[in-house]
Amino acid sequence: MSDNTVDNTSSGTPAQPPGKPPGKPPGKPPGPPYGGTPKRRREDRLEDRIDAAWIWDRIARATIFLGGISAIVFVLAIFLFIAREGLGFALSELDLGYFFTSPNWRPTNETPQFGALALIAGTASITGLAMLIAVPFALGAAIYIGEFATGKTRETLKVLVELLAATPSVVWGFIGLSIMNPLIIEMFDVPIGLTVLNAGIILGLMAAPIMTTIAEDALKAVPDSYREAAEAMGATRWQIIRQVVIPSAKHGLVAAILLGVGRGFGETMAVLMASGHAINMPTSPFDSARALTATIASELGETANGSEHYRVLFTLGIFLFLVTFVINLLADVLVRKGDKKRS
Amino acid sequence: MVSDTTSTAAATATGKAKAIQTRKLNLWYGSFQALFDVDIDVVQGKVTSLIGPSGCGKSTLLRSINRINERLGYVRTTGTIEVMGHNVLDPSVELTQLRRAAGMVFQRPNPLPLSIRDNLLFAYRLDRGGKGSRSDEDEVVEKALKEVLLWDQVKDRLLQKATELSLEEQQKLCIARLLPVKPSVLLMDEPCSALDPEATRAVEDLLWQLRGEYSILIVTHNMAQARRASDECIFMLMGKVVEHSATVEMFVTPKHQETADYLEGRFG
Repeated sequence: MSDNTVDNTSSGTPAQPPGKPPGKPPGKPPGPPYGGTPKRRREDRLEDRIDAAWIWDRIARATIFLGGISAIVFVLAIFLFIAREGLGFALSELDLGYFFTSPNWRPTNETPQFGALALIAGTASITGLAMLIAVPFALGAAIYIGEFATGKTRETLKVLVELLAATPSVVWGFIGLSIMNPLIIEMFDVPIGLTVLNAGIILGLMAAPIMTTIAEDALKAVPDSYREAAEAMGATRWQIIRQVVIPSAKHGLVAAILLGVGRGFGETMAVLMASGHAINMPTSPFDSARALTATIASELGETANGSEHYRVLFTLGIFLFLVTFVINLLADVLVRKGDKKRS
Repeated sequence: MVSDTTSTAAATATGKAKAIQTRKLNLWYGSFQALFDVDIDVVQGKVTSLIGPSGCGKSTLLRSINRINERLGYVRTTGTIEVMGHNVLDPSVELTQLRRAAGMVFQRPNPLPLSIRDNLLFAYRLDRGGKGSRSDEDEVVEKALKEVLLWDQVKDRLLQKATELSLEEQQKLCIARLLPVKPSVLLMDEPCSALDPEATRAVEDLLWQLRGEYSILIVTHNMAQARRASDECIFMLMGKVVEHSATVEMFVTPKHQETADYLEGRFG
């Protein structure tokens, strides 16, 4: 490209503008209108490149392109890595029927048993309870912040919620361990407080701020003209929210909830600390349980690289990966379906 | 009810019943005063247009009548605004009722993101406190759509989303959805400014058909529109009413120099 530019300037500079514009006094050269060194006419420079701008444009484009595809590349690489470590084992050596139906997780026995049902049930029950707690809180907070609060209250609340979302999960786990645990023991008169209930509450409180932020964004994206239109027809505040704002923000709200579910499935540290980490099919909120993620986190360090135990933990990873994938896909399908129905 | 009949009687005694009457109406946005001692009388059953250059307070005046400008939160009003003889600034006035009595059409068509049918039934359902029977609602929808001459175009796709209609159809729908709750007054804030000339004419024709049954107050930037589609004109400048007269009179023999200048396009 530098060739091109140099060529253009060198060939162009000596060129005289053809013909003189009529009406100009003869003898006076048609110099540049704003002073400075004489330049070629605008229309003779159509093929010039403005060097620095052109180079920066290329650099910016390349960087953005790299940034864009790197996300895809990384996700693919992670999946390939997990699949390489666990997929072959899962498909050939592991008894998948047993894996999904037996609650016996005894990977270090002489004849190891790889039944993941208790772990799956642990994750599912904790996430389910967390969502029962988080969804009403998060939607309520989002509606309050987005539709009712004004001025300073609103700004303060938003900052606080974001702060809450940034709390490290080990802090939440600590709260579960040292505050919720004795509280549950005392309140419900149970022998142990590190239970599905504890982990569910902690996870619910963790997921709520993120869900609130996304749900509030969804509410904010509803054009104000809708609210104005409804208000001008005599709708009350609640009627506006219930009949206009929530239905039009529906997709964003569903996305917020599903993100919370994703967070619940993937959360490790807080769940590990608050759930009791006991391999157990939970039958009530007061049972201890163990989550898939917590199992991987606590056991992977103790396994020999390439051993059966190591590989089965990667199989758990694949399973987690697939579940999150299905949740996202489901969300996508739901949203699209909603779109079609409404149109 | 009593005050309604007496005021109507009084108004009829003086010749013309008033749909909207303001006296000494002052309005502030925060510390900025937008309206100064505005006195207007909008005659029942006529189309009255509010004209004036940008920022003269015509939209403010319009939006203070159904008090939708109070959404902003920093609006203060003094004086009186009577709609069909009731002072709407009275503290006992229920805003939801006022807004059904004085329906509003906005500059950009703003149908709700619901079906055509649900849009038409929105105010109706709010008013009766829930859904009506299927046949009642069907009747309401058909009547409202026929009133705005939209029935033939949309009768086969009532469940389609209203936001997918053409702008002209959307704006007609926005007028139609006010009618089931039987407003006495329609307030229109430049209802044609987002429409092309064809659609503008269609909506103007519609206004002309609706007058009589409804009293219409319309804000417009478009002099030609004020001239061809209104019975009376109110010219405002800098938050004050300069002149109020029959449209024909105002355009042919304006009483004030400012009016004449504005109408001839010397400013604004």
